[in-house]
Amino acid sequence: MTRYQCIRREFMKYEAVIGLEVHAQMLTHSKIFCGCSTSFGSKPNSQTCPVCLGMPGVLPVLNKKVVEFAMRTALATHCTISPLNRFARKNYFYPDLPKGYQISQYELPLAEHGHIDIQVDGVEKRIRLTRIHLEEDAGKNLHEGIEDASYIDLNRTGVPLMEIVSEPDIRSSEEAVAYLKKLRNILVYLEVNDGNLEEGSFRCDANVSIRPVGQEKFGTRTELKNINSFRFIQKAIDYEIKRQEMVLEEGGRIIQETRLWDTQKGITVSMRSKESAHDYRYFPEPDLVPVKIHSDWVEEIQKTLPELPDAKKERFIKDYQIPPYDASVLTQNKKIAFYFEECASLYHRPKAISNWIMGDLLNEEEIPISPRQLTGMIELIDKGVISGKIAKTVFEEMLRTKKDARTIVEEKGLLQVSDDEAILSFVDQVLNANPESVEQYRSGKERLLGFFVGQVMKISSGKANPGKVNELLLKRLKNP
Amino acid sequence: MKLYALTIHQAHQLLRKKEITSRELVESVLSRIDQVEPKIAAFNQVQKESSLKEGEMLDQKISRGMFKSPLTGIPVGLKDNICFQGVPTTCSSRILENFIPPYDAAVVEKLKEAEAVFVGKTNMDEFAMGSSTENSAFKKTRNPWDLDRIPGGSSGGSAAAVAADECMGALGSDTGGSIRQPAACCGVVGLKPTYGLVSRYGLVAFASSLDQIGPIAKDVTDAAILLNEISGHDLRDSTSSARPSEDYLGSLHPEVKGLKIGIPKEYFIKGIDPEIEKSVMGAVNKWKDLGAEVYEITLPHTAYAVATYYILATAEASSNLERYDGVKYGFRASDGKNLNEMYEKTRAEGFGPEVKRRIMLGTYALSSGYYDAYYKKAQQVRTLFIQDFKEAFKKVDAIVTPTTPTPAFKIGEKVHDPLQMYLSDIFTISANLAGIPALSLPCGFSKEGLPIGVQIMGRYFEESTLLNMAYAFEQASGIHNKKPNL
Ligand SMILES: [Zn+2]
Repeated sequence: MTRYQCIRREFMKYEAVIGLEVHAQMLTHSKIFCGCSTSFGSKPNSQTCPVCLGMPGVLPVLNKKVVEFAMRTALATHCTISPLNRFARKNYFYPDLPKGYQISQYELPLAEHGHIDIQVDGVEKRIRLTRIHLEEDAGKNLHEGIEDASYIDLNRTGVPLMEIVSEPDIRSSEEAVAYLKKLRNILVYLEVNDGNLEEGSFRCDANVSIRPVGQEKFGTRTELKNINSFRFIQKAIDYEIKRQEMVLEEGGRIIQETRLWDTQKGITVSMRSKESAHDYRYFPEPDLVPVKIHSDWVEEIQKTLPELPDAKKERFIKDYQIPPYDASVLTQNKKIAFYFEECASLYHRPKAISNWIMGDLLNEEEIPISPRQLTGMIELIDKGVISGKIAKTVFEEMLRTKKDARTIVEEKGLLQVSDDEAILSFVDQVLNANPESVEQYRSGKERLLGFFVGQVMKISSGKANPGKVNELLLKRLKNP
Repeated sequence: MKLYALTIHQAHQLLRKKEITSRELVESVLSRIDQVEPKIAAFNQVQKESSLKEGEMLDQKISRGMFKSPLTGIPVGLKDNICFQGVPTTCSSRILENFIPPYDAAVVEKLKEAEAVFVGKTNMDEFAMGSSTENSAFKKTRNPWDLDRIPGGSSGGSAAAVAADECMGALGSDTGGSIRQPAACCGVVGLKPTYGLVSRYGLVAFASSLDQIGPIAKDVTDAAILLNEISGHDLRDSTSSARPSEDYLGSLHPEVKGLKIGIPKEYFIKGIDPEIEKSVMGAVNKWKDLGAEVYEITLPHTAYAVATYYILATAEASSNLERYDGVKYGFRASDGKNLNEMYEKTRAEGFGPEVKRRIMLGTYALSSGYYDAYYKKAQQVRTLFIQDFKEAFKKVDAIVTPTTPTPAFKIGEKVHDPLQMYLSDIFTISANLAGIPALSLPCGFSKEGLPIGVQIMGRYFEESTLLNMAYAFEQASGIHNKKPNL
């Protein structure tokens, strides 16, 4: 534990101010300014052409799909799409930047002034978006396993990115994570991004500062770069807030700098100070004409937008009468939401379906059983063919074998026994085997009933209908 | 018959009549190159074998009367900043000495499609920066009319090669006058088309918003032939115009009756070389005689052209030239101890002084704290030029000015005075800033026998107006028939 982590709660007279910049790779098949493929994990430099290599004389041509993807995002986050936006050059020298500049948007971004609503501890909050703009990704330097040299892989060069910048409206790491999850959820719903943090197709930088509660002016901020999981983002922000508090408490000064999250040590470390940062010399990209977006185009895109998580949640509550909590969990993931709806269209017990999904299917990468199989099983329970307890076994068997519930029940002989005679014979066996307990029960120790039920279930291998077991046990115990 | 001395359209007629073959044309030009190139030094590279083979191959089609275009079988030159697949494209710079593009420029594709024969890559000022072709890292090209003088720049190699009959036509690039100024210095026709008429794909960029490829030709008809073949929409260049193609050759006529010509008073000020003024006014009078109407007009922001140009062009250049960092291709300094040193040494050794000067200027103009004062201001002034021309073209159909303030100067005369050198483009720069078409045409000779050029500027995409006006003058004066003594 470092000294920053032991900070005492008494110091907490500061408030954090957090703004997030998300780089989301767009799910286009080709790059932003050429026709090269954007697929991940190919042989180095196999997905390049003179244009994305920045060779002399070649020119960028904007991929229209990229603009449409960004427009979808802008509309889904309530941004205003600019009728005229423009690309700019961001100039700097780096080996993985083949032209010596990155084509990005600067003074005239594609969209501005949106918002995303989040919920933390049941409290709704609106996080404003400053802007959404387009840019090209850079390449990658390869050092590993290479001695005395660096190689450069330019497959990523020109991969289309969308940068989504929030206002500094976020006040805690929980809010930050809620915002990121919500944003990612929206992007995945829109099918513009795959939401993959590990492969870097959804990357986040956090600008973190603190200020005394009540002060309006922002403190000096630090920038946390490229953290690749929600858990680490939360930890990094928490650490950074505490570190800054400690520095200020000790009479120090926050330095504006870029910091990296050290996963091993669980701390942020300084990468470079902003003072030595580049002067990017932005200026309008003369090789690309400004992008004109007519309102007709916006309307056309608007029509193709899917139902988004918030709207879906409201509809689930209304249409299926499930609790808001369930609706919100089910709509976190587009796949799950669709799965739920399909189940609900097959069988009339949405709450039971929701329970099974939330209990057992949420964390599955691919849902292994079909909606018909899940609802088939629920129907067996409702009809008393299997008990809730047996259902657990059946369900696990379904996941493993992908067989229908009924087949499993038949194959394994798991049918629920509801027949009075059969159950009575179990009951008699149990009572005969435990005469002392029966005596005790009859002399007033009524909680022994549970013990008898358990024994009956045990010798029936769980197949006995619990309601019937209770009923018949009581009958025998009271009337010997 | 000296085949090399023919114009494109003359050679085409003879090819059609089967009086000559393409191979004979190419041979004639190649032997002319052998003969005069030691004096002129117009080419960075001559493609002897491939051009002969090409000519021979085309002769098979020609013998069957098959012509793709008036350029079929005609030997042409290419400025060395236009990419030609498999052939070094150096921009006359050390830093690109070994660069062999794996692709053709759009104009090269089009000329290949038109069955032209490429004889070589022509010398230029390094990265097209300069007005004398003295900034080439490889050689100094000489003016065919006076070997002690510069051929103009930056397309000096192309202009000299055409003037010296080393090729029948050539392509140049014009950022601030780089086609027109050397055309004037060498006594040939040079046309900078409207920005967007000719694709820039494959033209190694100097200043993207100003660069335009255009023809350099022995006469106006040839310029029209070349323009016909290289113009047209290209999906690989977003700034390329989607207008349907025009037939500049087919509509060529010597008629100027009723055409309104504007003479901007700002271009005829004290200090202009009297011989130039006389010659240009002579041309104006000729057009008047042919029925044109002449008006004095004003382009009030002319005085700011050079300053505006050198901010915008250098700013874009500083960015366009960042890719030459020693990492990917071409030249890399050998002894850099770390990445930054490698960058610095590569660029220090690979670029010549003029290129470095402009990179520094442009970097400064874009740097934070100066952007608003320089780059942004220059962009605002640029819109004023556009306004100036818009106003002027409400009154007149064409604007006539000198192309250069003086005839070709002596080699070395202005090398140490860059500011003086920058003024060589004082009359040509405005057309690039506004994006309008402009043409330079020989209109006379100085007492010393040096060619003088007259510039005609026109409305957007009205190249045909310029070509027709030039054609009328050319037909009436016969001036294009005069050749340098070599
Ligand atoms: Zn590519």
